[in-house]
Amino acid sequence: MSSIVERIPVYEPPKSLSDVSSHYCPGCTHGATHRIVAEVMDELGLTDKAVGIASVGCSVLAYNYFECDMQQAAHGRAPAVATGVKRVRPELVVWTYQGDGDLASIGTNEVIHAALRGEKITVIFINNAIYGMTGGQAAPTTLIGQKTATTPFGRDKSWSGSPIHLSEMLALQEGAAFIARTSTHNPAHLGRTRAAIKRAFQTQLEGKGFSLVEILSTCPTNWGMTPVEALKWVEEQMVPVYPLGIFKDWQADGARSPAAAGAAAKSAKPAEGGK
Amino acid sequence: MQEVLIAGFGGQGIMSLGQLLTYAGMAEGKQVSWMPSYGPEQRGGAANCSVVLADGEDIGSPIVSEPDAAIVMNAPSLDKFEPAVRQGGFLVVNSSLSGRPAGRSDITVLEIPATELAGEMGNARVAGMIALGALVELTGMVSLQSLVDSLPKVLKAQLVPLNVEALGRGQTLAREGAPARAR
Amino acid sequence: MTKSASSAPAGGVPVLMKGNEALGEAAIRAGCRAFFGYPITPQSELPAYMARRMPEEDGVFLQAESELAAINMVYGAAGAGVRVMTSSSSPGISLKQEGISYIAGAELPAVIVNIMRGGPGLGSIMPGQSDYFQATKGGGHGDYRLVVYGPATVQELVDLTIRAFNVADRYRSPVMILGDGILGQMMEPVVFPTEKPAEVAKPWATTGRQGTRGRNVVNSLYLAAEELEAHNLRLQAKFAEMHSNEVIYESIIPEGAEVVCVAYGTTARVVKSAIAMARQEGIKVGLIRPISLWPFPDEAFVNLPDTVRSVLTVEMSAGQMVEDVRLALNGRLPVHFYGRMGGMWPIPRDVLAEIKKAAGREAGVAR
Repeated sequence: MSSIVERIPVYEPPKSLSDVSSHYCPGCTHGATHRIVAEVMDELGLTDKAVGIASVGCSVLAYNYFECDMQQAAHGRAPAVATGVKRVRPELVVWTYQGDGDLASIGTNEVIHAALRGEKITVIFINNAIYGMTGGQAAPTTLIGQKTATTPFGRDKSWSGSPIHLSEMLALQEGAAFIARTSTHNPAHLGRTRAAIKRAFQTQLEGKGFSLVEILSTCPTNWGMTPVEALKWVEEQMVPVYPLGIFKDWQADGARSPAAAGAAAKSAKPAEGGK
Repeated sequence: MQEVLIAGFGGQGIMSLGQLLTYAGMAEGKQVSWMPSYGPEQRGGAANCSVVLADGEDIGSPIVSEPDAAIVMNAPSLDKFEPAVRQGGFLVVNSSLSGRPAGRSDITVLEIPATELAGEMGNARVAGMIALGALVELTGMVSLQSLVDSLPKVLKAQLVPLNVEALGRGQTLAREGAPARAR
Repeated sequence: MTKSASSAPAGGVPVLMKGNEALGEAAIRAGCRAFFGYPITPQSELPAYMARRMPEEDGVFLQAESELAAINMVYGAAGAGVRVMTSSSSPGISLKQEGISYIAGAELPAVIVNIMRGGPGLGSIMPGQSDYFQATKGGGHGDYRLVVYGPATVQELVDLTIRAFNVADRYRSPVMILGDGILGQMMEPVVFPTEKPAEVAKPWATTGRQGTRGRNVVNSLYLAAEELEAHNLRLQAKFAEMHSNEVIYESIIPEGAEVVCVAYGTTARVVKSAIAMARQEGIKVGLIRPISLWPFPDEAFVNLPDTVRSVLTVEMSAGQMVEDVRLALNGRLPVHFYGRMGGMWPIPRDVLAEIKKAAGREAGVAR
């Protein structure tokens, strides 16, 4: 894990990030993640050759916040839209930005098939265990016992099933070249998130296949917490359920069989601090 | 306008027969259309196709409901399409597999043991080609030569000589063997 | 993928081709660069043809995981500025409606093919025309229109497919080819044009800024009601322009016609056969054949001769286009309807009987 730790550079607004106020709630980690994506685009020189795909959910307006060309996709379909762009213009760098309702519920089919095709796109997957835009309903990522607008007594496993482990599933697909889960709950983890996003884009630039970074994020508004409480909740409640780490990396285990990748995914441990 | 229906079961080359007739009509400068029946079964089920040949006028319905001429290659096709043939029309029956003689007396019927004859020629799959050779001889809707010339469009090259022979066999049968029952 | 020698049929001379395959070739000749599809009978020959031919043209063929994915791949590719097409048959077209609404809302040019089969539900794989409402009245959510073409011959299928790409680019709007299982499956001689398609500039497309311009955004979201209404007013102005410019129809009204039939697609061919039979029996019958189903050719129904006593609409449906016929006639003439459903098609003799009823001559009386 130590290899993906980097410093956060200080400090000027990334050129790839639009100089506008966002609609995100105070304390929500979308803002930090947007900044990181924009920083990586700056660093890799992607602004002029990237097409971002916004999805449906809180990040629906992402097309207003990035300076590269953008498309806005139907709910869950961003990987299909990205496929359309990438297949006809393979020279572009194509990425999607999707929440957990969009990607892990209505859009599971699209993301799984994009991964198994080895679609050379990069997916930024925001997992905050809830639907934000529509007012705090349960998502496939909602934790057992977590209260939401549609699980008012807490998510009941026998009724609504268990949290989805999308990264682990996707890592099983041979076409997936880089799959990582990171978190946003403190600056060190933001640094790892930045390193993972950079590697995901590099995966695409080098034509290695599908790349995705699942980012554990907060939703203070719908969780009913202060931003600080929310960050703590990610660390204490989400991380144990969603282990952090790299589940697939073409550089490290490009030749690994899907079965072995699956075993690795099962044994993946929360990331510790760097050496 | 000549409306033709060719029917049998999947694997008898019904669709290729229809396409061959269509290519031959096209080669003679006619308006042509070919329409297959299509169903969930890919092999072995009932198969039929409609061919329409026209001189000058545009072709209306591509699906033939009352054929001027028909080839029926098995018993279910005889039962289904014999009644549909237009009065004064033509019907070629594969008597090897038809189970019964045709009953119409207001049309020209030619019964040929096409499957047996094809077997004698070494390949049962050319049975339909014998029937088609007979039909064009009976009706004159296209020339046998146009069929022969169009064979490479629907068959692999190595199959062409045997099929030319089969077409000729059908032509001879229609010419020499008088129709089983004239109208 | 290895590039193989071109298997393209010759242009400028008649070649015998299946409707579905001719459609694919027409799209390629119109400059279609990408095709995203999903198997469904009776259109499966079209994706199979594209799978074979697109690599020869350095184009993209991709079998999507679903119709939903396919139409959204179309959205992405259209947004990236290339000519793109998808095809399906009725149930699959229902699945695509969300995407079509987005394509219309985001003002992207794309061609969508529906080779209709019987419905509702899974229905059958046999031909139908029961998606007329869906195609011409909106289909998906929101106020939008598609130009919809109903070809009747394989040649017309080819010509209208090429036209569809041009119209889609001209208006930045999706265009639908509404065929049926018969047209898709039948073979007829067809002549492909030899001229190359015109290059259309798409400065709005997301092709990457390439250091030459600001950001392009492909989008159908307008959260402020005033902005969405303004967007809708702009779309409506475009649809009005399409309505005035894109009407196509065939009208054959003989002098002294008693009845005028209205039919589109292959049904119109059956009706033509029935009209020929009626003529032999001394009944003069006209035909109005809408080719653009939206915009519907209202103008074909004005100034019908005084001899016309009634209108007979024939469809492979329970009666969908007949509503537009009634609107166009606005009560000036009685409108009869004859339809077959579920994959059954009208046959000329039955249409003839309906013509006689519409002419006030019961069957058998006319001779």
